[in-house]
Amino acid sequence: MNRHNGTSKAFIHLHVNGETKEVGVRNADTLLSTLREKLGLTGAKRSCENGDCGACTVLVNGEPSHSCLSLAVEVVNLPITTIEGLLDSPVREAFVDKWAIQCGFCTPGFIVNCHALLTNHPDANEEIVEEWLQSNICRCTGYQEIKEVIHSLLGSNNHSIKKTHPGLSK
Amino acid sequence: MISFDFKYFKPSSVAETIEAYNGVHEQGEKALFISGGTEFITFARTNKIYTDAIIDSKGIPECNVLEMRDDNLVIGAAVSLNKITNSNLFPFLGATVKQIADHTSRNKITIGGNINSELIYKESILPLLLVDAKVKLAKGNDERAVLLNSVFNRKLNLSSGELLLQIIIDSSNIDLPYISLKRTKFSKVGYPVVSVAAILKDNRLRVAFSGVCGYPFRSDKIENIVNDSTIPVVNRIDQVMDNLPSSIVDDLQGSREYRAFVLKNVLLDVMEEMEMGE
Repeated sequence: MNRHNGTSKAFIHLHVNGETKEVGVRNADTLLSTLREKLGLTGAKRSCENGDCGACTVLVNGEPSHSCLSLAVEVVNLPITTIEGLLDSPVREAFVDKWAIQCGFCTPGFIVNCHALLTNHPDANEEIVEEWLQSNICRCTGYQEIKEVIHSLLGSNNHSIKKTHPGLSK
Repeated sequence: MISFDFKYFKPSSVAETIEAYNGVHEQGEKALFISGGTEFITFARTNKIYTDAIIDSKGIPECNVLEMRDDNLVIGAAVSLNKITNSNLFPFLGATVKQIADHTSRNKITIGGNINSELIYKESILPLLLVDAKVKLAKGNDERAVLLNSVFNRKLNLSSGELLLQIIIDSSNIDLPYISLKRTKFSKVGYPVVSVAAILKDNRLRVAFSGVCGYPFRSDKIENIVNDSTIPVVNRIDQVMDNLPSSIVDDLQGSREYRAFVLKNVLLDVMEEMEMGE
């Protein structure tokens, strides 16, 4: 049993973007607030805080996760990847190439989710793409361009998608 | 931000779970079990729930099982909805839970959490009610396996300190013909206006509902009606509407009249798909 958490606060170790960080948190702190306010990783955006919009998406153990719906203490010992850990991802570049950005607020969440989609399903069919993209909302409604990003990378055997993923362990 | 503080325990065995629960309880404090924790976080953030401690069941090995054991499929309460769908071990359940929330959320939402939800929908339970699933429960030093139908009445009725460990499904029930239809107000992701699940077993249709009344249900009376092939299908559907266990939900997701309209059409689709005509 995790003995440190018999109180309402704890010092925990989070494995973020390939680095281990010690951070003091309230057990009530979400992963989103911890990333943004304690670790200065502001790429994951605070928006609905209800798991509806996907703007706060990060990878936990390689799977997309709404960081507003996780407590920081829940993800101790699990690899976490934020948008800051995907600087060299071809998905990021493809978002620029395809003009899949308007106001940009939802973009980090979309890139993280798309990166996981292409990692887990390099040959995804339309049904899988639709299913995964339903997790993120773009208020500028730039969905078509975002789908074009996915289609431009599907089946491309783009191995750099995996290599640029320090926090992912499947 | 969650405004109140609480203790957090992540036990690695059932014994440690009980120890943690008793320790909190003995101090006169309230403890809640969580598995995915998504509903706890959203409710806590909006002050709809309070607790002094949460006990996270994700570290308990029994709660993470997803496998065939002898003639049973065993699903731990902390298994995520996506893992159930992706495993394809029980396609009916996989198809039903795939309609809950969105893909990213389903990486965190667990079957145990959905069944124990405070919301009225609990759509995971529909297939489980239809296949006479059992649930394994733990309290103190005792563990018991009981029919889900015997402990589910509008909600899962667990006693204080009782933990849902596993769901057990007889393998003879996992490959039956099925249909699972969900209708939402306007988007693909959302709470159901109506959700209906049905299986055909021994030439008899079993059917369960969510979003219709204030709780999910399966009804012997309704199943007798839908299986009465001497009555035209449209008349059977009218009789179903007259024999719902309570009034139809009337809220922002859908008015009572709209839900009734959608339910009739979904039932017609179910009956046609399962070839339940005269």
